[in-house]
Amino acid sequence: MLNKVFESFDAAVADIPDGATIMIGNFAGPGGTPFYLIQALRRQGARNLTIVANTAGGIGLTLDYDDHRILFQNKQVKKVIASFPFSTSASKPTEAEKQILSGEVELEIVPQGTLSERIRAGGAGIPAFYTPTGAGTIMEQGKERRIFDGRPCLLEHALKADYAFVRAYKADRAGNLVYRGTQRQFNPIMATAAKTTIAEVDETVETGHLDPEAIVTPGIFVNRIVQITQDPGFRRHLENSFWAKRE
Amino acid sequence: MKERLSREAIAMRIAKELFDGAVVNLGIGIPTMVSSFVPEGMTIIYHSENGMLGFGSVLSADEVEEKADIDLVNAGGQYVRPKPGMSFFHHADSFAMVRGGHLDVAVLGAIEVTDCGDLANWMFPGRGVGNIGGGMDLAFNTKKVIVAMEHTTKDGRPKIVKKCCVPLTAERCVDLIVTDIAVIDVTYQGLVLKEYAPGWTVDDIQALTEPELKAAPDLKEIELL
Repeated sequence: MLNKVFESFDAAVADIPDGATIMIGNFAGPGGTPFYLIQALRRQGARNLTIVANTAGGIGLTLDYDDHRILFQNKQVKKVIASFPFSTSASKPTEAEKQILSGEVELEIVPQGTLSERIRAGGAGIPAFYTPTGAGTIMEQGKERRIFDGRPCLLEHALKADYAFVRAYKADRAGNLVYRGTQRQFNPIMATAAKTTIAEVDETVETGHLDPEAIVTPGIFVNRIVQITQDPGFRRHLENSFWAKRE
Repeated sequence: MKERLSREAIAMRIAKELFDGAVVNLGIGIPTMVSSFVPEGMTIIYHSENGMLGFGSVLSADEVEEKADIDLVNAGGQYVRPKPGMSFFHHADSFAMVRGGHLDVAVLGAIEVTDCGDLANWMFPGRGVGNIGGGMDLAFNTKKVIVAMEHTTKDGRPKIVKKCCVPLTAERCVDLIVTDIAVIDVTYQGLVLKEYAPGWTVDDIQALTEPELKAAPDLKEIELL
């Protein structure tokens, strides 16, 4: 029977080679960030990575916690593609910021809607698309410009990855995923855009125990699943959230 | 005596621009405060970049202990309340809403704005770096863009300028500017001063504004309620 469940985070990331491109679900705060996979990748030690994520880690909007900033601290990253790469506080620059400014790490900054659509396009087999966002700004540099309905638009290319680290709520053994609240963010689209997608979940259930109508990420997009066994200790109310009962 | 509006008062004034049923995205800073001043009984559908629509208000500090949930946060990472009718979706759908023109109002902060409505708000002044985030998509594609900001920089220089010195977020996108001393419409004929803070004259405000201001025929003092 199809079983994509891995016993450990270390086993799930063991084959990631140097130079891999990795998408990591991430937004403001720890919800939706697969940080056990990130920690395993740090232990595994692959280098010269290209990271695709909303931030470059450690932006400290609310909680201070270890996200993919630890990959920068461990000098595993050579390039980051992000929309919100810098700390909002000048006095608390992130490790990524220091490495970007010193030239150790290359930054490709992308408007958030363009970043998400490039990932979606990558997963959907669309090589490129036009968007009005960024026309007439520095985003235009090096890009093809074309007018549609009187509006200048820029040609943006799809993004794909070797691996995607996604955070979800529940998985079945076939890899179908459901999410919880704003945990969803980039995770479902990143799951579609990588050769190997690894999901970090709160709970794994037997195949058939998720409502097919409620599945957000169909299992064909997910290759490996690892269940969290150690409560990371962030504030959540799994027992009484009305939206958590939907599946 | 010239008074400057507090950040909360700027947010209060902007709340008056919203309407029942409006789909609204609030940026970080003063814009976030706007939700606190929406009149009772008016339904605003808030959009958050991270894939949430129709959520409730931000939790107060003393509610966090009991109610906060890391899977229920707005784009600024603040804990919010769930609300009947809310929905969750992924980031590409979230920006399909933005790019597709489905949002009525975006309230954004600004570093500089021009009389053409050009907006610069993503590069941190003096740091040489910046976060674009969702601001560019919002500025380009929302039906009405309202800027919330102080009228001048900390050292007193105008933030409403003829040409932006820092990298643009979007050209010709701003519809209304609400500052601590004025409410200004951005029109095809240039900037129209609609309202002034208590004690300020048109000349006072013009002295702190680089491009020319035209006084609206119905120019009046800012009313917050």
